[in-house]
Amino acid sequence: MYAYDRYDQAMVDARVAEFRDQARRRLEGKLTEDQFKPLRLMNGLYLQLHAYMLRVAIPYGTLNSRQMTMLGDIADRYDRGYGHFTTRQNIQYNWIKLEDAADILADLATVEMHAIQTSGNCIRNISSDHFAGAAHDEVTDPRPYAELLRQWSSFHPEFSYLPRKFKICVIASERDRAAMRLHDIGIRIVERDGEPGAQFFVGGGMGRTPMIAPMVRDFVPLDHLVTYAEACLRVYNRYGRRDNKYKARIKILVHELGAEEYTRQVEEEFAHLIDQGVEPPFAELERIRAYFGDPPFDDGPKTIDRSDPDFAVWVDRNTHRHKHDAYVSAVISLKPVGGIPGDATGEQMRLMARLAREFSFDEIRVMHTQNVVLPHVRICDLPKLWAQLHEAGLGAPNMDTIEDIIACPGLDYCSLANARSIPLAQRISERFDKSGKTERLGELKLKISGCINACGHHHAGHIGILGVDRKGKENYQLSLGGSEAEDVSLAKITGPGFDEDGVIEAVEKVTDLYLAQRTENERFIDTYRRLGMEPFKEALYG
Amino acid sequence: MVEPTDFGTSPDDVQFRFRDDERVDHAAVTVDSALDQTNANAVRIEPSDDARLLIPFLDRIALVEINFPAFTDGRGYSAARILREAGYEGELRAVGDVLIDQLSHMRRCGFDSFAPDKVLDEEDAKRAFATWENVYQVAADTSLTGRRTIAQKRHGAGA
Amino acid sequence: MKILTGNDLRTGAVVWWTGEFWSSRVDEAVDVGDRAEEIMAAEEAARRVNVPYAIEATREADGHVRPAHIKDRVRALGPTVRPDLTLKPQDPEALDWVI
Repeated sequence: MYAYDRYDQAMVDARVAEFRDQARRRLEGKLTEDQFKPLRLMNGLYLQLHAYMLRVAIPYGTLNSRQMTMLGDIADRYDRGYGHFTTRQNIQYNWIKLEDAADILADLATVEMHAIQTSGNCIRNISSDHFAGAAHDEVTDPRPYAELLRQWSSFHPEFSYLPRKFKICVIASERDRAAMRLHDIGIRIVERDGEPGAQFFVGGGMGRTPMIAPMVRDFVPLDHLVTYAEACLRVYNRYGRRDNKYKARIKILVHELGAEEYTRQVEEEFAHLIDQGVEPPFAELERIRAYFGDPPFDDGPKTIDRSDPDFAVWVDRNTHRHKHDAYVSAVISLKPVGGIPGDATGEQMRLMARLAREFSFDEIRVMHTQNVVLPHVRICDLPKLWAQLHEAGLGAPNMDTIEDIIACPGLDYCSLANARSIPLAQRISERFDKSGKTERLGELKLKISGCINACGHHHAGHIGILGVDRKGKENYQLSLGGSEAEDVSLAKITGPGFDEDGVIEAVEKVTDLYLAQRTENERFIDTYRRLGMEPFKEALYG
Repeated sequence: MVEPTDFGTSPDDVQFRFRDDERVDHAAVTVDSALDQTNANAVRIEPSDDARLLIPFLDRIALVEINFPAFTDGRGYSAARILREAGYEGELRAVGDVLIDQLSHMRRCGFDSFAPDKVLDEEDAKRAFATWENVYQVAADTSLTGRRTIAQKRHGAGA
Repeated sequence: MKILTGNDLRTGAVVWWTGEFWSSRVDEAVDVGDRAEEIMAAEEAARRVNVPYAIEATREADGHVRPAHIKDRVRALGPTVRPDLTLKPQDPEALDWVI
C-alpha cells in the first residue's frame, strides 16, 4: 500500500500544528464557534449528540496493522474503548474532547493517518472496492488511481468551498462492490483495445433525492484522469446550486442541466484544461503504482476441508475468490447477532491488526458495508484464522445476509437523526437468527437510515428502512428493490410507515412472501423485480 | 439602480497587495457594463457572473475585483483561475467576506490583492499566506510563478 | 418549562443550566422563563458553554425533568444501545424514560 514520502508527511504534520493552534485559540476564546466550526470540520471534528465526534480518514478503505493498532489505541486512550467503521470506509470516534483533538491528530500523523477533509464542502475520502488488488475479476488494481486523486484533491485551492460535499469512488471491475454509481463521481477503470482508461459517471448520490449517476464519458485515457476530474469539479463549483442546501449536490446540477448538457460543459472545460498542464507527470502514477504490487504469494493447497459444518458455512459466506488460486479474501464480520453494526473495541482492532500481520501480508480493508476484510489469506490458513475470529466474536458467517445489516449510528449518536436505527438492526438480526431464516434467505441486503440523509444507504437496500419523526414519535418507512451493485436500482417505498414492532413484522412478511414465491436461484431482489411491488403491498397492508 | 461610482473597493480598502504597479484609483463597473463600455478598465465580478465574458477585453483591464459575499461561496476561486489561465496579468482582487483561512487558497488561485470587509490581523495573515510550503496540485500560482508541485519535484519535472 | 442545554466547550459533554452552573444531570435543569437568550449569550461569551439552545421540558411528578423531544432525552441519558455508557448504567427504567 501507499507509504508517505517526506512531502506527504510534512503536509500532514503542518496541518496538525495548524489545528493545534486553532483549537488553542478556540479554547482561549480568540475564535468564536462560528469562526472555528469550518476549521474543525476540515479536520473531521464534529460536535455531535453526546460529545465531539472525530472522523478519521481511511483512504479507499486500506490500512496496515500498525495503523489499525493505532486506531485501537486511540479508542482506548481518548475515547470509550471503541470506534465505528462507516459506510464510507472511514472510522468514527464518538466521545472525543476538544482538548485532546490535536494530540489525536498528532498520534495519527505518526502512522500516516489524518482526519483531513472528512467533513465540510470539499472533496471527501475517495472510496474503492474492498477487494481491490485481490479480486479475480479486476482489470487492474484501482487504488493507485484513487491515491493519485486523493493527493490532487487534498487542499485543492479551487475546490475547498464547493456548494456541498463531494464523494468520489474508483473501481476496476464490471462488478460494482463499492456502490460506484451512487457517488458524485464514480470511476470505473476499463480496458478498450488493450488500453486502460476511465469511465466517468457523474451525478449519483443518496440523501434526500437519490440518483444513479449517468455516464458522462466512456473512456478517458489514464494520462488525463486528473484533468478530467478537475473539469467535472470546476463545472460543479461554478454552476452547482448555492441557494438551497438540499439542492446543492452535483446530482441536482446534472439532473437539471441534463446529462448531455453537463457533459458538453465538462468536455469544453476539459479541452481548455488540457492546455493548462494540470495533469501530474505520468511518472507520478508509475511511482504510486509501485506501492500496489502483489505481495509475495506462495503456491499452496487450493481446496478447503469442509468437514466442520460451521467452518464450511463461514467459508461459503465470508470468503471471496482471489486472483491467486491458493488464496481467498476473508471478511471479518462486525455484525454479531444482536450487536451494533460496524462497532469494534480497541481490543478487537488490535486483534485484527495481529491477524493481518499473521495471515494477510499486513493488509486490511474497511468495507462500506461496515465489515473488515483481510484481502490475501492462504486457503490453508483459513481454519486457523476462523478459529481466532470465532473466539473473538468476529466470526459471524453472515456476509450479505439479512444479519449483515448496514445501519447508520441513528438517533443514539447523531444529531441529524429522527429515529434510532441500531436497536432495529439488533432486533432484526436476533429474530432471523433465532428462527433460522437467515440461511434460507441467502443474499439479502438490508439497510437502515435514521434520517433522510441516508447515511445507511437505505435507497440501495434490497430492503431499506428509513426512520422518520411522526408527531414526535419514531416511525419507519419500508422500501424494497434497491441495489448498490452493477444492477443498480433505487428502492421504492411500500406505503404507510410502521412503528418499531410493526416494521420488524413487515420485514418478516416480505421475506416470507419471498420464500413462498421464489423460483430456483432467485435472490430476494430478483423475486421482487419479477413480481413487482403489488404482492408485497398486499402482504403488508392487506 | 447602483451607480458605477457606488461600486467596488477603493485602494484604501486593500489590506494586502502583491504588486508594484499603480493602483487603479476609480471604481469598478459590473461585467454587463464592461461589455458595453469600451473604456472600462476596472471590473467587478459577482459569484453568478461568467468570468469568461471578459476574455476578449483582458488586455485593457487593469483591475478585476471578485466578490465573495459569503466566504462559503467558492465560485470566485474558479473565476480567478479562469482569468489567469486566459492570460490576465492585471490586478486580481478578492473582496468581501475574506477571512484569514481563505487567504492561502485565494493566493494560489491567482489573487494578488485583498480587500476584506473586516480588517484582518497582520501577523495571522502573514502566517496564512505562508501556509503551503509545498502543494499537491497545479493552480494559478504554479503557472505564474514557476512554483513546482510535489509531483513535479518528485520527478524533477516541470515549472 | 423552558430549559437550557449545550455542550461543554472543552470536553463536548452534554450539559444543562441549573441556574448557577452547567450540570451533566438534566434533573438539575431549571426553568429559565423568558431569560433564555440573556443567559445563553452571557454563558457562551464566558465560554462556560458551547452552542447552547433552549428546549421545552416538563417537570414530572417524581421530580425528574423530561425534555419534550426524544433527541434531547437521548442527549440527557446517553446512547440507548450502550447502557454502560449512559449516565444511568444500572437503571433498568432509563431506556423507557428516553422513549
